[in-house]
Amino acid sequence: MYRYDEFDHEFVTARVAQFRDQVGRRVSGELTEDQFKPLRLMNGVYLQLHAYMLRVAVPYGTLNSEQMRMLAHVARKYDRGYGHFTTRQNIQYNWPKLSEIPDALAELASVEMHAIQTSGNCIRNVTADHFAGAAEDEVADPRPYAEILRQWSSLHPEFVFLPRKFKVAVTGAERDRAAIQVHDIGLHLKKDAEGRLGFAVYIGGGQGRTPMVAKKIRDFLPEEDLLSYSEAILRVYNLNGRRDNKYKARIKILVHETGADEISRQVEEEWERIRHGALKLPQGEVERIREYFAAPDTLTALPPSPVLAIERARDPEFDAWVERNTHPHRIPGHVSVTISLKPIGGTPGDATADQMDVVADLAKRLAFDEIRVSHEQNLILPHVAKRDLKAIYDELVVAGLATANAGLVTDIIACPGLDYCALANARSIPVAQRISQRFGDMARQRDIGDLKIKISGCINACGHHHVGHIGILGVEKKGEEFYQISLGGSGDEHSSIGEIIGRGFSTEEIVDAIETVVDTYIAKRESHDETFLAAYRRLGQAPFKEALYGQA
Amino acid sequence: MTDKLITANHLGDGLVVFLTAEGGWSYKLADARVIADAELEPALALAKAQHEAGIVVDPYEIEATVVGGIPVPVRLRERIRAAGGPTVTYGEAEIAERAATLKHAG
Repeated sequence: MYRYDEFDHEFVTARVAQFRDQVGRRVSGELTEDQFKPLRLMNGVYLQLHAYMLRVAVPYGTLNSEQMRMLAHVARKYDRGYGHFTTRQNIQYNWPKLSEIPDALAELASVEMHAIQTSGNCIRNVTADHFAGAAEDEVADPRPYAEILRQWSSLHPEFVFLPRKFKVAVTGAERDRAAIQVHDIGLHLKKDAEGRLGFAVYIGGGQGRTPMVAKKIRDFLPEEDLLSYSEAILRVYNLNGRRDNKYKARIKILVHETGADEISRQVEEEWERIRHGALKLPQGEVERIREYFAAPDTLTALPPSPVLAIERARDPEFDAWVERNTHPHRIPGHVSVTISLKPIGGTPGDATADQMDVVADLAKRLAFDEIRVSHEQNLILPHVAKRDLKAIYDELVVAGLATANAGLVTDIIACPGLDYCALANARSIPVAQRISQRFGDMARQRDIGDLKIKISGCINACGHHHVGHIGILGVEKKGEEFYQISLGGSGDEHSSIGEIIGRGFSTEEIVDAIETVVDTYIAKRESHDETFLAAYRRLGQAPFKEALYGQA
Repeated sequence: MTDKLITANHLGDGLVVFLTAEGGWSYKLADARVIADAELEPALALAKAQHEAGIVVDPYEIEATVVGGIPVPVRLRERIRAAGGPTVTYGEAEIAERAATLKHAG
């Protein structure tokens, strides 16, 4: 994986020292909150409902065991023994003391981690397919490009004060596992007819209060032009994006109000001006970065393992876990493993320090020292030999990390909601927990099949409810929590924004309502193979509406 | 008519605090000074001064009703804040709770 060079080390260390000074001046009264707030936000420090919150970047969701151990250490020493993995492949700590945050950041810097650009109106942590570098269906590893974008966008002087935050996602396969069409820039790494690498470029996607599916403005951008084209997009946005209204400041609004064709024209015009300049990627540099992401030499093809079949036949729970929580790997004899952070009735995305250590230990011993954070709030061991699956599974069981529910109805995305977040209007976690318990029976979950439920506690949509097959939005109505259901959303290569089905449900009603939706799908599906999303797209709202609200 | 409390977050640890009758701050809701409307303005001015002095961050008033001598915030958001943590268990306690439930079920 990518290792810091001298510049990265100096940059991160200097930033820690700078922030330590700023915190010192804040605590001594030299800086007011108004002066300090933008400084702390630039370092990932929020003030939430109960306490400060520190958001640490996990660039493109990739980390090694040493880094995971450090995340566990920070959870123990500076927090309350746990952390929350987020939909942006980052981790959040909910209870750090302000005066101790510089020490935590210094420790994180020792393993090449930081909290820079995890907040504020800048280019945020670039996210990528969590199976990057491993997936069988991948054209090429998207992470070298995510890293190139990270280097270009870190403290880019022109783009430090954008109209609003800016999120980039990259995928390297036709199957989009990075939700690129709901990002400000979505990049789909692909090959043209001559076999050259490049990108389909999408812009103006996003969720929040005005959800939009991105528009494709270029079908093929040559690899070498990645930065010049990105800079052209950012420049057009930075100049023309609305700064008069926070809620209309994202690039999706600019694209929507100006029209994708006109924005595309402006971007191309700017790009023509700069494309032959300093930002053209030298092939040697791309190769150098790509080397960092090369699979380990020891990751080589293995013959089929007869042992695995025997172990699966012997242990139905292990069999179910292999069935759901492993993903095809490009190297024969291997798979990628999803470590579910969605135990039945648990808090989606939370992991204790001990659990992080277990994952770090497994990665070190049995998984080529690589770990990923998925935007679906799970952890991934991208490279696992099939013959080691049982050993890994057995240890995950002991740690409470072996729930066989990847992609199933209980693999719920939920934002922290009103239990933690200062912006939320309603709680998300308890609703996720109750839905998880209702559908907890594994046989029932498997019968239901692929189904993504996503829950947000406010309109900002951190829980991605707009792209949930079933989306749930928490609102406050006359002082009570209410939950609005939307159906048919999707964050893959056929992205769609879910449609609100009707009036909201109370806390008491919401789980029954979700069960009604699921039961309606089961009753109406053409076969077991027709997924919820496919059935909804065929059937439309009507049967679900009728089941929820009766005859119109 | 409801009463008011003044709440903020403590600068150093970020935790939720309430203005007390003595003009200090307490992590405990029970210590909160219950403020009648007429007294609100000077109390807020005091809290604002404490914000300026770097003791607390962003003080504001919330509505509360006094039940059995203890003030209870009206809004759910403020009740959750006043409880000092989420309405769900977290960390090791959550793991232990789930293990106990499973054991019970088993």
